[in-house]
Amino acid sequence: MSQSEGISKAEVDKAVKTALTDISGAISMAELKKTKGAILGDGSVLAALSAKLGKLPADQKAEAGKLVGSARAKVSEAFETREAELSEQEETKLLEKEAIDITALPMVARIGSRHPLSLLQEKISDVFVGMGWEIAEGPEVESEWFNFDALNFDADHPARAMQDTFFVEPTEQKLVLRTHTSPVQVRSMLDRDVPIYVLCPGRVFRTDELDATHTPVFHQVEGLAIDKGLSMADLRGTLEHFARIMFGEEAKIRLRPSFFPFTEPSAELDVWHPGAKGGARWVEWGGCGMVNPNVLIASGIDPETYSGFAFGMGIERTLMFRNEVTDMRDMVEGDVRFSKQFGMVL
Amino acid sequence: MRIPLSWLNECVDLSPDATPESVMEDLVRVGFEEEAVHSFDVSGPLVVGQIVEFVAEPQANGKTIRWCQVQVAPEGETAADGGQAVRGIVCGASNFEVGDKVVVSLPGAVLPGNFVISARSTYGHISDGMIASGKELNLSDDHDGILRLGLLGLDPKVGTDAIELLGLSDSAAEINVLPDRGYCLSIRGIAREYSHATGNDYRDPTGNAHPVHGEGFGLTIKDDAPIRGRKTSQSFVLRTVTGIDPTKPTPSWMRSRLTLAGMRSISLAVDITNYVMLELGQPVHAYDLDKITGSFTIRRAAKGESLKTLDGQVRNLHEEDLLITDESGPIGMAGVMGGASTEVSDTTTSVLIEAAHFDAVSIARSARRHKLFSEASKRYERGVDPRVGEIAAARVIQLLEVHAGGAAGTVGATYQNFDPATEIFLPGEFASSLVGVNYSSEEISKVLGEIGAEVSSVEGGFMVLAPSWRPDLTHKTDLAEEIARLTGYDRIPSRLPVAPPGAGLTRQQNFKKIAMNSLAASGCTEVLSYPFVSASSNDLFANSSKAVSLANPIQEEAGQLRMSLIPGLMETARRNLSRGLTDLALVEHGAVFEAVSTNSVLFPATTARPTPDELANLNAGIPKQPKHLAGLFLGARLGAQPGSKAVAFGVEDALHAARLVGQAVGVELEIRQSKPKGLHPGRSADLLVNGEVVGLVGELNPTVSKSNDLPRTVGVFEINLDLLFSAAPTAVMATPIGTLPAATQDLSLVVGMDIAAADVLLAVRQGAGELLEEISLTDDYRGANIPDGTKSLTFALRFRAMSRTLTQAEASDARDAGVELARQRFNAQIRS
Repeated sequence: MSQSEGISKAEVDKAVKTALTDISGAISMAELKKTKGAILGDGSVLAALSAKLGKLPADQKAEAGKLVGSARAKVSEAFETREAELSEQEETKLLEKEAIDITALPMVARIGSRHPLSLLQEKISDVFVGMGWEIAEGPEVESEWFNFDALNFDADHPARAMQDTFFVEPTEQKLVLRTHTSPVQVRSMLDRDVPIYVLCPGRVFRTDELDATHTPVFHQVEGLAIDKGLSMADLRGTLEHFARIMFGEEAKIRLRPSFFPFTEPSAELDVWHPGAKGGARWVEWGGCGMVNPNVLIASGIDPETYSGFAFGMGIERTLMFRNEVTDMRDMVEGDVRFSKQFGMVL
Repeated sequence: MRIPLSWLNECVDLSPDATPESVMEDLVRVGFEEEAVHSFDVSGPLVVGQIVEFVAEPQANGKTIRWCQVQVAPEGETAADGGQAVRGIVCGASNFEVGDKVVVSLPGAVLPGNFVISARSTYGHISDGMIASGKELNLSDDHDGILRLGLLGLDPKVGTDAIELLGLSDSAAEINVLPDRGYCLSIRGIAREYSHATGNDYRDPTGNAHPVHGEGFGLTIKDDAPIRGRKTSQSFVLRTVTGIDPTKPTPSWMRSRLTLAGMRSISLAVDITNYVMLELGQPVHAYDLDKITGSFTIRRAAKGESLKTLDGQVRNLHEEDLLITDESGPIGMAGVMGGASTEVSDTTTSVLIEAAHFDAVSIARSARRHKLFSEASKRYERGVDPRVGEIAAARVIQLLEVHAGGAAGTVGATYQNFDPATEIFLPGEFASSLVGVNYSSEEISKVLGEIGAEVSSVEGGFMVLAPSWRPDLTHKTDLAEEIARLTGYDRIPSRLPVAPPGAGLTRQQNFKKIAMNSLAASGCTEVLSYPFVSASSNDLFANSSKAVSLANPIQEEAGQLRMSLIPGLMETARRNLSRGLTDLALVEHGAVFEAVSTNSVLFPATTARPTPDELANLNAGIPKQPKHLAGLFLGARLGAQPGSKAVAFGVEDALHAARLVGQAVGVELEIRQSKPKGLHPGRSADLLVNGEVVGLVGELNPTVSKSNDLPRTVGVFEINLDLLFSAAPTAVMATPIGTLPAATQDLSLVVGMDIAAADVLLAVRQGAGELLEEISLTDDYRGANIPDGTKSLTFALRFRAMSRTLTQAEASDARDAGVELARQRFNAQIRS
């Protein structure tokens, strides 16, 4: 009974057809998995046919083997295809089900903000650190010697009375709230060896009542460079570079003659602010000049060998015209809505 | 300094179309600051009129008006407004007679205050114009009656333009003179500067008068105690003028210039002294010669002496005050204010004129001591030209002769003890190298010549003699500034200097930045509070007896400097709350202040670098000012949101923030429960590094919250950054990371209620040794099933060895060692 012992194509085709029907009939991954044993498992028709192959006479083996092998491959492929199809369908359903209103998600934490006056000081510091300068600091309650005497403010000169000074009790101790960051110049010269390139940002004090344009507590940034052969050209170059970084490539500066006890020659500094509200214009920015030789002498630096320049400007003022802050009080009152506008940048 | 343009024009050519604005603009270029423009604000037909007749008409309101017929144009001509030559005008004043010449503002004229004149119906007449008073023209304070031109010594033709006649078309530029330029508190100085700015010709007004001789008046300059060794006076000139007619008026041109310059007209003699002061910068004082007793002695005040000054106040004098005395005693505070006893009055016919030089420091101290900042003291403290006194006196005499009918007396005194001119050597290249502009020798000589210096070429440069009116020129640098200033700062080129290679921010500067950025990223808002607080605020968290106090605070109730940042944060929080901002996480970085006790303060000279001892002494007197970082948390950390209720801020937020700060510096803060001042006694802790307290964390004491209008629960922390930074490692050293499998265990320990979890955790960690990689507290149970007065702390432990896979048995042995140490320290028992 060679026929009955052989493997007929019809027999194989039937098994394949049955398996394919089962596969396509499965409508979920779970159902498909259930069919897997019946169509591809050990007890499946195709498995039985495979087992039968070994018993066939040698001349039939090759052909029957090919027949069964391709049948199994066909069924396996159909199974995998269906499996992928169903998996994708189910994943799609799941994604639909998982959809949320992402605009209504709860905040997991607050986001805070730095104070813009701090950010501005850090930004300015960054500009100068980039040029190799150092950042110097000094005390806010300062000896009059550093705040005035060493800066060539004569004890009886009217310039000393120009700055409305807070004095500390008892006044015989001659302590003041520093009226400018310039005493840090003196401390820098006493602490460091020449050449000196330092920037001194910090808080200063004058006895002004708080209003839209004045505050008794404000911030300045002061620059000091002492080296051989420095001239007002170096001062202008430094300020121009600084202005361009702060206000854009079109920014430029203008110097006007002025007077400060600690510089000679002295100048007022205006900046051409291309982004000014209402159009580009000149804005008063600060004061500057060549370090007065008396200041160098008081700090033990020989003015015949070294020269230097210094400049200073108000941080509040800079923030006001750079970032369009119109009321000084917003900067000092600590209203969280003010800082929030800036976040972490200017 | 206000500069009437007509006056300036006498000393320097003004550009034909010069305005106060253009003059200011020119002066700004040479170093002045713009202030304001002043003018009389008068326009339109303002003419000389003559009273033809008037009828006095009593009114129902008790007043009597005069219905006047006023001739405002010559007979047969039309008036300046195109109307008739004779006008009917109602006038409320009665200080005039028929025939008086007056100022009439015709319809169309505009008087100061934008007062438009028109023909109007009043008191039953049509008043076709107005007869003006001195006050209505801004010329004087006199509002009692109309201005009668005859009293000003004027008899112009009817119809003459009164604006020109009275100098009302003049205007003034006001500029701010910086304190080193005392000579610019004069028309003389400003004219010179205007000439520098424009190149226009300058005419020194000292040429307007020639010295007048005078001798025989007793004068002694006596200074036994010169201030800071400075010469009291370099010159003192006294002259006399007799035969003055005290009824003579101040000429209208002088009056209008004084008015524009901001000075009131007082009397002719006084007006003339003020006029000369404004013109030449030399304060001049006029005494009533008949009230002077004997000769003059200039000396320092004696203890207990007093003087009644011109303003009627009795001044108790200080031994440093310089006095003008005659044989009756003090008659003036030199350079500050004259005395009342010798004041010129409306009957004075002979005057003694004083034009003196006084030392700037002496006058500055007296003015400040007596808070008497007069026009004279303002000039003296900035430096008056010592050589201009004789000319100034002569100029006063000249004006008194011309306008008051006086005659120069031969009696007078002249004391002169001039300092030699300051001699400065200016190396030829110095200005060029300091300013960065190549100045030629010719340019340097020309500029220095223009400012009035005598310049001679010498080997290697120039020898420069500073002009007598420029005490500010003492050093070659001052000359370099003059050269740069007059040739223009615009010529300075631009060059970027190269600093030596830098090291970036210091470690501490970086720490601070990282800490503040971390806090902001974690939800905090940085604020900057004022450091001014009350003693009671300082007392909340510190001992205010160590506070630094201000001598002149803006508000008495905030007269101390903060010793903690928390009071400032509380105030800022309160302000935010009052604006409806109820959820706050505030942080602040800044100095706090603590007074130090010191001995006497001795300031080193500024002529050389201070010695190390001098510096140490200076610094020892400066209060301690450590940098602190603090935070304050109140309200909701997160408000109500979909799926979650609001979460309140609490002490844990303060603790988290404090830990972030530690992390920024690379140290782990230890927390030790404690009772810091001002905080909740059961909900606060010290923050420590290496056993040293560097800060605190906790809730505000609810009593403090309440009395400061804050909610009951307010979390705070404060860290002394100086201490924290000094404990920070200079570099972080890594340890190897184990990669073999870990063994984890849980552990519940029962301990007394008052034992701090952190201490138990530390004991377990120390006992378990190096196999214990991580331990964290996962539960703190109090309640049933454990003994009363105890709590159960549950820890999660993770063990790992570097070289082998741990067995559970090894992990258990390590855990048991930890438990044993906790038992020894705290009688901890494993929860059964």
